[in-house]
Amino acid sequence: MLEIKNLQARVEGKAILKGIDLSINAGEVHAIMGPNGSGKSTLAQVLAGREGYDITDGSVAYNGEDLLDLGPEERVREGFFLAFQYPVEIPGVNTTYFLRAAVNALRDHRGEAELSAVDFLKLMREKIQLLELDESLLKRSVNEGFSGGEKKRAEILQMALLDPKFAVLDETDSGLDIDALKVVAGGVNHLKRVDNAQLVITHYQRLLDYIVPDYVHVLVDGRIVKSGPKELALELEERGYDWIIEEQVA
Amino acid sequence: MSSESEVIDQFVEQEYKWGFYTDVETDTLPPGLNEDVIRHISGKKEEPEWLLEWRLKAFRHWQKMEEPRWPHVQYEPIDYQGISYYSAPGAKDKDRPKSLDEVDPKLLETYDKLGVPLHERERLAGVAVDAVFDSVSVGTTHQEELAKHGVIFCSFSEAVREHPELIKKYLGSVVPYTDNFFATLNSAVFSDGSFVYIPKGVRCPLDLSTYFRINAAETGQFERTLIVADEGSKVSYLEGCTAPMRDENQLHAAVVELVALGDAEIKYSTVQNWYPGDEDGKGGIYNFVTKRGICKGDHSKICWTQVETGSAITWKYPSVILRGDDSVGEFYSVALANLAQQADTGTKMIHLGKNTRSTIISKGISAGKGQNSYRGLVQMGKNATDARNFTQCDSLLIGSRCGAHTFPYIEVKNPSAQVEHEATTSKIGEDQIFYCNARGIETQDAVNMIVNGFCKEVFSELPMEFAMEAQALMDVSLEGSVG
Repeated sequence: MLEIKNLQARVEGKAILKGIDLSINAGEVHAIMGPNGSGKSTLAQVLAGREGYDITDGSVAYNGEDLLDLGPEERVREGFFLAFQYPVEIPGVNTTYFLRAAVNALRDHRGEAELSAVDFLKLMREKIQLLELDESLLKRSVNEGFSGGEKKRAEILQMALLDPKFAVLDETDSGLDIDALKVVAGGVNHLKRVDNAQLVITHYQRLLDYIVPDYVHVLVDGRIVKSGPKELALELEERGYDWIIEEQVA
Repeated sequence: MSSESEVIDQFVEQEYKWGFYTDVETDTLPPGLNEDVIRHISGKKEEPEWLLEWRLKAFRHWQKMEEPRWPHVQYEPIDYQGISYYSAPGAKDKDRPKSLDEVDPKLLETYDKLGVPLHERERLAGVAVDAVFDSVSVGTTHQEELAKHGVIFCSFSEAVREHPELIKKYLGSVVPYTDNFFATLNSAVFSDGSFVYIPKGVRCPLDLSTYFRINAAETGQFERTLIVADEGSKVSYLEGCTAPMRDENQLHAAVVELVALGDAEIKYSTVQNWYPGDEDGKGGIYNFVTKRGICKGDHSKICWTQVETGSAITWKYPSVILRGDDSVGEFYSVALANLAQQADTGTKMIHLGKNTRSTIISKGISAGKGQNSYRGLVQMGKNATDARNFTQCDSLLIGSRCGAHTFPYIEVKNPSAQVEHEATTSKIGEDQIFYCNARGIETQDAVNMIVNGFCKEVFSELPMEFAMEAQALMDVSLEGSVG
């Protein structure tokens, strides 16, 4: 589904990604872990198509298409989704209106009729229960005044509405207490199917207690230095990252 | 994949769609201003002697005045002798049309093109329109229906002829001819405009509207609108305006006076879309306008709503004098300064009566090289016991070459008065746009969504059709910008 080859990217002249290779198939959940500054979020942003990243080498094939050639909104329409580490506030723009615009942009692309306000509300009510979100949030401006946990849950609500084929979750666990974490993880697990895939970026192993990955990759200084089964996450939790870095140097 | 800065540039390069010119025969005075010109204008309009005297007093006073320099705008000095002060469609010797049927079809076509059809068949349902073309009114729709309710809605010139007692009583009663440089100039040379009188206890059955069109070159437009709402009456009035694209600047110095007697309510909405000039600041209208209303009676209410997307320079402060006890003044404004536009706009709320209340919601949007200033005065007089004001003043910046400025003035002479002022400045950020993109929403739609979200509180104050027009206009005026 996703084939990243030798991906290299710079920000303001500084190399951040130094050759990432990663292959993800439908039905799989991959986790990327790594210390601060290793390039985890950069990878997420580059995959989502954010400007300001200079891609100097490598390729990303997404269902056979060149992902990097698509604009960010085109990627979304092809089933790509990024759950933001820091969801953005948009004052004055009603959350329901925003979500409906997003869903209809996608439907329009697929040649489906726009959802009426009534049908959309029905769909949304069904999805918010999944995230145990308070319906009143949907009447407020996008992310404005949401608590950290509400923002993250709202991200997963958007994921549920857009029903992506490939989702990247960028530190979705940060700032969540254990109850919120369970809800968010439950939502993500609910969305998992054999024909879609997820890439979970996290600093801590605790998220992986709830979203169980098929593979764990360790990102250090812009490279994936170790990959393994889910048990690798536990080892990292116990021993930290230093031993891997030392292994590398050795 | 278009970069956000390219998108900004597209915004800025958006073309003005109302910039066409109608080729009609005109009766135009040569440029220049002196007492003969004023006598000529007054004569054209067959005005009574007292009105000519009033104009001349204003002119003599104006000659002693200086153009205000305090607005936060820059422009080359205006040559007041280089402007023509009167231009009317139609040949010099022809009588003015008696009804819309006699109006030059070219003029009717012009209004069709502008989306304001005047013909009986196609005219806007529920809205009566007075169409002002350069210096004169070319026709007013729905007059008979309004007359049934005793509502007077006609051109200012007609009102001078038909209802001199009302004009004499109220003209200059809110904005005296000595008021300020541009209002005084207007008092001397005003050509036409609209007059509205709503009798006691009448709720005006239609929205009333004036559509101002500047067409001729090198002319100024100096119209005057007077609205009187008698006790317990209610009216909603809309104003729209456009002009051809020209390289020269044109002066529009209008005066609007509103009088609300006891328990009366006037809602005055403007969608101002004068030609803004190009991105280098060449051409466009100088919109130097004095708008003021007085809540004369107790429990009266005046509400100004303005959406200002056009003009090279906007200088206007629709204000309310809250004289009656328990009277209410409201001001809702969206001002856009794109291209090289400059806007210095806001309001004055003058609280004189007890328990008077005012609300100011101002939304300034700056894009391109636009400079947007909010200037507002809230004054609590010594008898304004328990008066209250709430002001919210928000600025939105699009791109990095524009500016937003706020000049609030607050004067309180009564200790029981309450004044609240809130202000914010925000920038449409790359991160907001990217967030929308990352949900499948295109950049242009994202910008429109963010801007409309920002303006929502004001748009919701506009009458329905106007709100949609304002939103569409905002989208067009902003097509393409962020960074």
